[in-house]
Amino acid sequence: MDRLDQLEAQSIYILREAFNRIDNIAMLWSLGKDSNVMIWLSRKAFFGHLPFPVAHLDTGLEFDETYEFRDRYAKEWDLKLIKDACPPIETIDPTLPPASRLAARKTAGVKEAIEKYGFNGLITGIRRDEQSMRAKERVFSPRGLDGQWDFRDQPPEFWDQYKTDYPEGTHIRIHPLLHWTELDVWRYIQREEIPLVPLYFAKDGKRFRSLGEKGITFPIDSHASNIEEIIAELETIRTEERAGRAMDHDSEDAFERLRADGYM
Amino acid sequence: MTKTSVNLASVNQDEEALAKRVRDLLRIVIVGHVDHGKSTLVGRLFHDTGSLPEGKYEAIQAMCERRGMPFEWAFLMDAMQAERDQGITIDTSQIWFKTDQRDYTIIDAPGHKEFLKNMITGAAQSDAALLIIDAAEGVREQSRRHGYLLHLMGIRQVAVAVNKMDMVDYEQEQFDLIEEEYRDYLTSIGVTPTFVIPVSAREGDNIAEQSANMPWYKGPTIVKALDSFLPSAPTVDQALRFPIQDVYKFDTRRIIAGRIEAGSLNVGDTLVFSPSNKSARIASIEGWSSKGEFVKPASAQAGESVGVTLDEQIFVERGDMASHEDNAPVETDVFRARLFWLGKEPLSVGKTYKIKLNTFEARVQVQEIERIIDTTDLSATDAGKVERNQVAEIVLRSKRMLALDSFVDSPRTGRFVLIDGYDISGGGIISMEGYADQRDLITQKSTNITKVEHGITLDARAARNGHKGGVLWLTGLSGAGKSTLAVELEKRLFEKGMNAFVLDGDNVRHGLNANLGFSPEDRAENIRRVGEVSALFAQSGAIAITSFISPYRSDRDRAREAAGEQFHEVYVAADLKTCEERDPKGLYKKARTGEIKEFTGISAPYEAPDAPQLTVDTSNCDIEDCVQQLVDYVEANFRV
Repeated sequence: MDRLDQLEAQSIYILREAFNRIDNIAMLWSLGKDSNVMIWLSRKAFFGHLPFPVAHLDTGLEFDETYEFRDRYAKEWDLKLIKDACPPIETIDPTLPPASRLAARKTAGVKEAIEKYGFNGLITGIRRDEQSMRAKERVFSPRGLDGQWDFRDQPPEFWDQYKTDYPEGTHIRIHPLLHWTELDVWRYIQREEIPLVPLYFAKDGKRFRSLGEKGITFPIDSHASNIEEIIAELETIRTEERAGRAMDHDSEDAFERLRADGYM
Repeated sequence: MTKTSVNLASVNQDEEALAKRVRDLLRIVIVGHVDHGKSTLVGRLFHDTGSLPEGKYEAIQAMCERRGMPFEWAFLMDAMQAERDQGITIDTSQIWFKTDQRDYTIIDAPGHKEFLKNMITGAAQSDAALLIIDAAEGVREQSRRHGYLLHLMGIRQVAVAVNKMDMVDYEQEQFDLIEEEYRDYLTSIGVTPTFVIPVSAREGDNIAEQSANMPWYKGPTIVKALDSFLPSAPTVDQALRFPIQDVYKFDTRRIIAGRIEAGSLNVGDTLVFSPSNKSARIASIEGWSSKGEFVKPASAQAGESVGVTLDEQIFVERGDMASHEDNAPVETDVFRARLFWLGKEPLSVGKTYKIKLNTFEARVQVQEIERIIDTTDLSATDAGKVERNQVAEIVLRSKRMLALDSFVDSPRTGRFVLIDGYDISGGGIISMEGYADQRDLITQKSTNITKVEHGITLDARAARNGHKGGVLWLTGLSGAGKSTLAVELEKRLFEKGMNAFVLDGDNVRHGLNANLGFSPEDRAENIRRVGEVSALFAQSGAIAITSFISPYRSDRDRAREAAGEQFHEVYVAADLKTCEERDPKGLYKKARTGEIKEFTGISAPYEAPDAPQLTVDTSNCDIEDCVQQLVDYVEANFRV
């Protein structure tokens, strides 16, 4: 087994644990590269099936290519797609810095969906290497009744034994890609030929390295127009993956506060 | 690639080239006493290998300036505001760097004792460990503790960095002292440190570059040492262990899914599912390929998450452990464990917890806390409870049969966690030392057998004899007086016209059990046979009086099951001191000198009965009184 095989086997194990131990779960589909990998892994874990719904919580601010991708692959992959709109920006705390406020809107959308569909657990595609607060995450990560993350007192997690016992009302985030790196994701996409939103590939000297909403996500300078070139670029690049995400950089602890409040 | 072309099939792939490009990954946990310079070493490692992300150095500088403090490498990994403000690492974190040879995940594990659960969480994910010791402060409590816990977690590749050598003027003497002290400690717990390296993280000595300040040191730098470690490989060569995670029926297939923890399996193999001991053959191995099609591999091996279908639709559920017929896991309802405790409430004798053994869950009770281990000097103390962050050796008992392994035989299936309430509260590794594998005792090997009904009822037999049949099961230490009491009782009952017969330990070993030795399995089989025979006596209407130490609760429970309501457990109680003074057969003396191994009470456990029907205390009353108690009990319970 090479590194990709090991990562895949571990993620499949996590997805199966989540499906077995937690009633009524869903997967968040941001339409980005990581969540596509997650869907792919789920189809492997469940032998061609996807036994839970996939939710895209829509801010209405995605790029056109992203919507196109969603509608095509929701059908092709036979997904049980939830595509509810996030609450309007006016309902979000106006004292937040602008980018954080947009991110908080996504968090509000997640909370609404949890309530509406009664999800006890959400599978999300975050990785430890994206951001130093995410580096401290657990694979099974409990959230309080309001969705808060108590990052100062997280449960122990070892020997592939995850925390799967909870009092009524606890909500759990499951992170099957936590141990992957950005390069792992790209190499896996290459090996498995996983479809992607084309915005990841350079056009006119720009490409998106991390894909989010219009207005708070910015492309990087790049000429990498296929996966091979992207991998080559990432092997030498020394900037951080989420450098183009405005909400991470509003203040020193901007991302810590977002995550504590329930952001992915 | 055009804007609308989202399928990547067009990317030209050369699989071999790709495989070469997928670099090896090694996960290293870095542990050390608080302030021994863990974070500085990580920072230096990143800096000297050119792995720092762009702008990171400047960002850290800005954070430090904001707090009016000198440059602090710890901020590279301490992400939480609270960690930066208090200058301590609270939770484990990870960061990535690479050398020419391969990629690394560096796992930072908090040094503070109160964050042990986070240290364990970090350490459990690693292939190797780097332990850091301050050259000026030397080996501290946490240095020992961490070394001990890493070993307990199963981490066998360890390098030690003696840091802050610049603070001791790069003196070899100081380094040698620390090296000797720590090597001695590690060796005493069974760890051989691969390297002990003098470094200065602040100055960059022996991190990526050989230090000119310590020409006396000829060993590798930190980077070279890390590069020499091996990634943990799945245990393909061992006996198959395939814990069942789930059973799926999404389509016409009934797929048994799980991850292979050890060994390998092939289509056509017969799998045994423990502890139910049912078996069936693998009809197919199921998969779903990258091309979106179903694939059916012929074999699979350790590390893979797979699914199989069976040729027979036997009942299989999550928690079953599949193996081959040869080298199946141990089946037992009791085992010994070395455990670290993280629970908010102490672990105490008699308390029950949920155990998770791979995917299996059951209730277990703490039967005994054998000793609490002080990880500083390895001394042991007796205690009724294990406090948070302590390490102890305990005995756990389950009502259900468990399928498991000794940690030394199969690390991935020889470990467990305990759940108290909703929380993972401890982890442990299993030892079956002194306890029998009960698999053979509970496995029915004969087939095509039909029970014949007796034409004569128990009541009819009791009416003719004037008393009911039954088993008086005498259990107690050697020298407690079992045989003396048994023979006296038999005589008294005979005089009363009752039909009684003694089954004695040494006697049955001359005949019925002559083919059994003294291994845990043979002892258990010895008792199983006596249990079955005494049950037959009881059914015939006789009173069987058995006189066996029978130290294990599991064995006596099995005898109780054989005789059912006719079983009467009699605890012949006498304290160890009294028994040893009596020593009628001179056995205690031999046990004390080591001539007899695994002697009950001395070097093997005696599990006293939980709720015996009768307790006869031979240390505090004479033989006559004790026999009378037994006679009275028989009169009260056996007369028709």
